[in-house]
Amino acid sequence: MLGYIDKIREISKRLLDEGRVDMVIGFRKGTMPMMNEPAFVKTPGEVSTLVWDSNCGINLANYLTDRKEKIGVIAKGCDSRNIVTHLLENKTKRDKLVIIGVPCKGMIDRRRITAMFDDEVREVTEEGDVITVKGTGFEKKLKKAEILQDNCSKCIHRNPVLYDELAAPLVEEQKDIDRYADVRLIEAMSPQEKWQYFEDLLSPCIRCYACRNACPLCYCPTCFVDEARPQWVGKSQDPIDIRTFHFLRAYHCAGRCTDCGACERACPVGIKIRQFTSKLNRDCLDMFGWEAGLSLDQRPPLDTFKPGDPGDFIK
Amino acid sequence: MKVIKIDKKDWTGGIKKIQDSYRLFGPVKGEKFHDFKELGKGELPDLNFSNTRLSPKSIVYPQSEIMFEYSLDEKDSDHHIMKDAAKNYSPRAVLGIRPCDASAFLLVKRNFDTPEYRDPYWIRAYEATTFIGAACNNPCSTCFCTTAGSGPFNEEGLDILLSDAGDCWYAKAITEKGEKLLNAAGWSKAAAGGSLKKIESLKKEAEARISSSILTDQLKNKKTTELYEAPFWEDVSFACINCGTCTYLCPTCWCFDIQDENSGCSGVRMKNWDSCMFPLFTNHGTGHNPRGTKLHRVRQRFMHKLKYYVDKYDNGIQCVGCGRCIRSCPVNIDIRRVCDMMNSYDPKACACPVK
Ligand code: SF4
Ligand code: SF4
Ligand code: SF4
Ligand code: SF4
Repeated sequence: MLGYIDKIREISKRLLDEGRVDMVIGFRKGTMPMMNEPAFVKTPGEVSTLVWDSNCGINLANYLTDRKEKIGVIAKGCDSRNIVTHLLENKTKRDKLVIIGVPCKGMIDRRRITAMFDDEVREVTEEGDVITVKGTGFEKKLKKAEILQDNCSKCIHRNPVLYDELAAPLVEEQKDIDRYADVRLIEAMSPQEKWQYFEDLLSPCIRCYACRNACPLCYCPTCFVDEARPQWVGKSQDPIDIRTFHFLRAYHCAGRCTDCGACERACPVGIKIRQFTSKLNRDCLDMFGWEAGLSLDQRPPLDTFKPGDPGDFIK
Repeated sequence: MKVIKIDKKDWTGGIKKIQDSYRLFGPVKGEKFHDFKELGKGELPDLNFSNTRLSPKSIVYPQSEIMFEYSLDEKDSDHHIMKDAAKNYSPRAVLGIRPCDASAFLLVKRNFDTPEYRDPYWIRAYEATTFIGAACNNPCSTCFCTTAGSGPFNEEGLDILLSDAGDCWYAKAITEKGEKLLNAAGWSKAAAGGSLKKIESLKKEAEARISSSILTDQLKNKKTTELYEAPFWEDVSFACINCGTCTYLCPTCWCFDIQDENSGCSGVRMKNWDSCMFPLFTNHGTGHNPRGTKLHRVRQRFMHKLKYYVDKYDNGIQCVGCGRCIRSCPVNIDIRRVCDMMNSYDPKACACPVK
């Protein structure tokens, strides 16, 4: 994917030169291995600071919410689906956007790679499908396909679903992927086991809300956990409050989550937050044949009623 | 200065003895990373780590701490009266704290222990604690302690400094508190002459391995209003998602919020960590928020650490260079970069936008 950057810069420069956009939102090179920083460029001279590689896992749709400028935005498959969701929910306007689509081959899992080595990873470079990891006194080549973020390894929408420009030819989508093995594992548990599983899952949570804030869906002006009048949720480390936050947030994402993985990527203590949303995603698929963000022409299942909707839960 | 040699075979026994008279905290490896925990009897700290994901500040300053308890039941004679919550300020020791994190306590102390105000919870917990540092032989690439007023062998804030000399530990007692703990552990073998020299050379080597630095020399001379109005804040804050990770993980961030929580007919008043990155932090009762945008909030975090603190205490920056905020920020906002922008800011040079 390294090869994309020349084209991305060329498109960005053209859009800025022609005055079609006020800014282009993309990534600049991070200060640490496997990190890039979301950034904007406002002048053609700055487009050389834009980068693209396998460390662009942050979802840029999150940076479009309620912005008034004309924006060029770089969008991989999941970002584009969240842009569609944003459009459906009136969080941005189509005529304000120029979407620079990036056919994606997946982002690498920074946490997993870091955990593979006892010593600090000091440099990570990529060439095609080979990722080279270096530290003091060690160097290892890894196959990219084996160290993808979990959501990327299960992604079947790598190509942007909505775009005005394209940074590279479309890529082949992954086929025959078992996307919901984790969900089935949990479903098979007894209630006690499930309880314990989620207790363990959430026990390291420090309630920083990075997961929520990295998620493009979580744009409420005041999140229910921040509401002070009345205050719905306590502020301490009480497990009830922590659970309340996670369960409610997950339900707020039902039928909207694109499985972009931004939440998991952001969590400082490595909680697998997608364990909640994956189940809801699968239910939406099973019950409504719905995957979020694929089309501008259909209302999401949870904000519309169709006579054929399953109603077995009404007894 | 007394240096004790601890043979590695005497390590476990000493730790057990410490636990006879101290509650002992140390780094423990969880599923994914190291963090400080109170060690069970006979449980050993795992010193094979670079640094913990969360800072050890919670040992003195828990994320949630109950201050008072009360009853709302009018049948109780003392209903609606705040009563001190039960506390345990018996001696505690932190074994394996990094020097940067230990010096962070001194910095926080400037805020919690002033002639005007004294935070009784923080002070009593702090005074009950003995800090046994583990010097860093292998700092990470994101550590910049040596230019942030600390260092891999820095002794400020420590009662004992342990240096790993391969087959043994050298324990340098820095305070009386430290000597007391060494006695309690039964570690008493004076190190042979030359140990100080050895520690000094380990220190030099470690300092030479610090590959990252910041410049802070100009911060004091900058005009607060000019820095506040600098044009770079839009660029600096753009990526920030206001998640608060940086402040929760930081050993020097001290802000808290006081909350009452009732359950049935009783309740508690507690203090919880808060963060200037959260919109709620400055929300007024009127609904007005003077730090209404993320630009305001990000600017506050850096201005506080790198300018207001500098001016108020004249004692360096409010950062010890542990690098946690750099390593864990989900969007790679890097305090080193921002510090350089602030330190080198020249309003005249920035009068017109870059074309
Ligand atoms: S919940 Fe997580 S995976 Fe789903 S859209 Fe939000 S950030 Fe992406
Ligand atoms: S990002 Fe992680 S630690 Fe923070 S609130 Fe979410 S799950 Fe909890
Ligand atoms: S950790 Fe990063 S994104 Fe989160 S509040 Fe701090 S600077 Fe912003
Ligand atoms: S500001 Fe960052 S580097 Fe400085 S002490 Fe806090 S967490 Fe460590």
